Amino acid sequence: MKSAIHKITKTYHNDKTRLMDMLIEVQSEFGYIPNEAIDEIAVATKISRADVEQTRSFYHFFSTQYTGKFAIYLNTSVSSFMRGRNDVARTLEKEVGCHFNSVSKDGLIGLFDTSCIGMSDQEPAAIINGKIFPNLTPFRAKELVRDIRAGKTLEELVVEGYGDGQNSSEEIKAVVNNNIRKIGPVLDMNYKPGHAIKEKLKQYTPDQIIAEVKASNIRGRGGAGFPTGMKWELCRKAEGKQKYIFCNADEGEPGTFKDRVILTQRPKLLLEGMVIAAYAVGATEGILYIRHEYKYLKNYLENLIQGAHERNLLGKNIAGIKGFNFDIRIQYGAGAYVCGEESALIESAEGKRGEPRDRPPFPVEKGYLDQPTIVNNVETFCAVVKILLNGGEWYKSFGTDDSTGTKVLSISGDCKFPGVYEVEWGFSVNDICEMVGADDVQAVQVGGPSGSLVDPGDFDRILSYGDLSTGGSLMIFNAGRDILEEVVLNFTDFFIEESCGSCSTCRVMPVLLRNKLKKILDARGIKQDLKDMEEWGKVLKASRCGLGQTAANPILTSLKNFRYLYHKKIQMGTDFDTGFDLKAAVIDASEAVGRMPEA
Amino acid sequence: MAKFIKFTIDGEECMAQEGKYVVDAARENGIYIPTLCNVQGIKPKGACRICSVKINGRLMTACTTPVTDGMIIENDHADIQELRKSIIELLFVEGNHLCPSCEKSGSCELQALAYRFEMMVPRFPYFFPLREIDASHPKIIKDHNRCILCKRCIRVIKDKDGKNIFAFRDRGHHTGIYIDPELADNLTDELADKAADICPVGAILKRESGFKTPIGNRKYDQEPIGADVEKINPSNGRKKS
Repeated sequence: MKSAIHKITKTYHNDKTRLMDMLIEVQSEFGYIPNEAIDEIAVATKISRADVEQTRSFYHFFSTQYTGKFAIYLNTSVSSFMRGRNDVARTLEKEVGCHFNSVSKDGLIGLFDTSCIGMSDQEPAAIINGKIFPNLTPFRAKELVRDIRAGKTLEELVVEGYGDGQNSSEEIKAVVNNNIRKIGPVLDMNYKPGHAIKEKLKQYTPDQIIAEVKASNIRGRGGAGFPTGMKWELCRKAEGKQKYIFCNADEGEPGTFKDRVILTQRPKLLLEGMVIAAYAVGATEGILYIRHEYKYLKNYLENLIQGAHERNLLGKNIAGIKGFNFDIRIQYGAGAYVCGEESALIESAEGKRGEPRDRPPFPVEKGYLDQPTIVNNVETFCAVVKILLNGGEWYKSFGTDDSTGTKVLSISGDCKFPGVYEVEWGFSVNDICEMVGADDVQAVQVGGPSGSLVDPGDFDRILSYGDLSTGGSLMIFNAGRDILEEVVLNFTDFFIEESCGSCSTCRVMPVLLRNKLKKILDARGIKQDLKDMEEWGKVLKASRCGLGQTAANPILTSLKNFRYLYHKKIQMGTDFDTGFDLKAAVIDASEAVGRMPEA
Repeated sequence: MAKFIKFTIDGEECMAQEGKYVVDAARENGIYIPTLCNVQGIKPKGACRICSVKINGRLMTACTTPVTDGMIIENDHADIQELRKSIIELLFVEGNHLCPSCEKSGSCELQALAYRFEMMVPRFPYFFPLREIDASHPKIIKDHNRCILCKRCIRVIKDKDGKNIFAFRDRGHHTGIYIDPELADNLTDELADKAADICPVGAILKRESGFKTPIGNRKYDQEPIGADVEKINPSNGRKKS
């Protein structure tokens, strides 16, 4: 084991900032991270064991226990439950012979829960040793376990054929579907890949590029909506030894999967956007940070980067522009939603826990390795290429006044055509329901769990930064859904699971709110509980990052827009309820003293 | 030469060196902003959120934000004070804080803040978590029941090579402090004292050295937390409560 670990640490030059990569390799080689590996890595990278352990223990996909020869991670997101996750999970437990979060006695199969894996349009889905198995049914689950037992390889487990587009390519071979339903100006394939780098860049100075991006008024597509041109300008002006371009491909907001589709179908567009950004801000190194769940795209993307080098679209003196050197490496995450927050993403890429940083300073001044860094979403980089090819004014002709251009949406839930849609900003929720074939809609979650739960009375509201702002996750729930039990509780559990734990507020408050919600769902709620939740939820606004600040949104927006659902669940005639069954709680003590509580 | 700048806290004009953290700048002007995770002179972390103030209308932590010219800071406002009180209560319900039996009682910053904010009973239900007391190290005892995860020990205590002895482990509400067993074995008395001292609560205790100062004569038995800061500026004496 020792030599295997040495080999891994050596691959990354014993550099402690590459701790994530080392741990990822150890996990994938041994199926867990043995104590011995932690010791060896600590020695090699000259940090304490405690420092290795704090990174190791932060990420969902790093385990100190053996996860089995086949580790099955079954998605726990809303869309998974809506499409029958419970039945699939029960079947798996029965067939494998162990409960979730444990491994079968023979060590062959491990069953684990995992937060949204970016397959909301093809749920329930599981990751087995890095490979995605979507659209699971109890039958399929049974079949998988039987085939694993029969000694089949991971490849041989696939019986459904590979997915559409590049998913079927030799380098990917994934059972995943892109489900691209609507293509707009950004996803449009009618452009010459590489043209923006080869022909356009030399016509522009970096400042002119920034001016063009500013003229387009494009704002960050990850959800926060910071003006991209301004971000680039700040980074260009910032002083530093070296500047970095980060692409945030850590989409973890439940219900979002559009970046997965872009990485699969438009990766050249994305890489081209990163090169443009590098030219504009004067960066020499780019990092494409991808969530662990998309590990199956690794070889494919690495080959593309290699190909770009061969065509001088990356590397030295790119496109013949003297002194323009830029390279891109891929950094994988290891399962942490909070790493989608830009400063947490940077921390993670430096080999640390994905805890957001305090700001100021902002990443544009002090980012990766304390150097000026821009972090942009996958989609933002793609849009920039089209802006450079067609002009900022052209881009501005799409969308609304305050939200120019288009947005790529990931739509899932109760609708006929879940998938990826590129629409202009300004679409109303009604337009969207019509577009995706959704009837009898009870609620639409706009912007994922951190966004808002919109009720039909507000379906004329539009997608825009000024009205319903979104990073692109839309989930549709029809009249048959129990919104509080199926949706709000699930979302709140998600935030509890994904909190980094560094702010007191976000570490504790979501648990208190979930307990309150459980009390209400258990028919023990009273009116005061609703007021408490509204009042208590405010505390989260003092959290450092967006995760904490929005962790109460599922409860707060449902209280606001669906209060009648709560009223149906609470007791109207009483002002007090302990929230638990007193008799059941004291039964042990009563037995001990031989005096049973009165009936 | 250091540049001095002007800013206001609750309308009162203040001056400080540019770049100082708001909490330090306020202290120099005799204004107390309550803190818990902060240690003067150590890179701040903004973990406890108790020093939240409104800076130019936005909720931010005073321990991590450098003061700038013309900054408008709101500190002593009912909603901000209520927020801080809520956070103190959150920390109480999250762990198991039994003041009467705690070695740190009287020098505990969490307890002192609870007094200052007149906390009677937390509004939130207690978690009563099952946590361990780790007495496996030769110099220190780590009582996880009392830990508020302020990261002070992580940030301050390093071994001779600058390596971390304390670290966070796990995440979310499972987060706890991990102690490097090997480095803890070699902990010097000096560092052990420092670790116990830096802990704002009674979560890190030095072995074999309890109750050196009798209860009643301890730091916050003498005067309430923050009183030393407010003394600097007699005009702020109004906030004795």
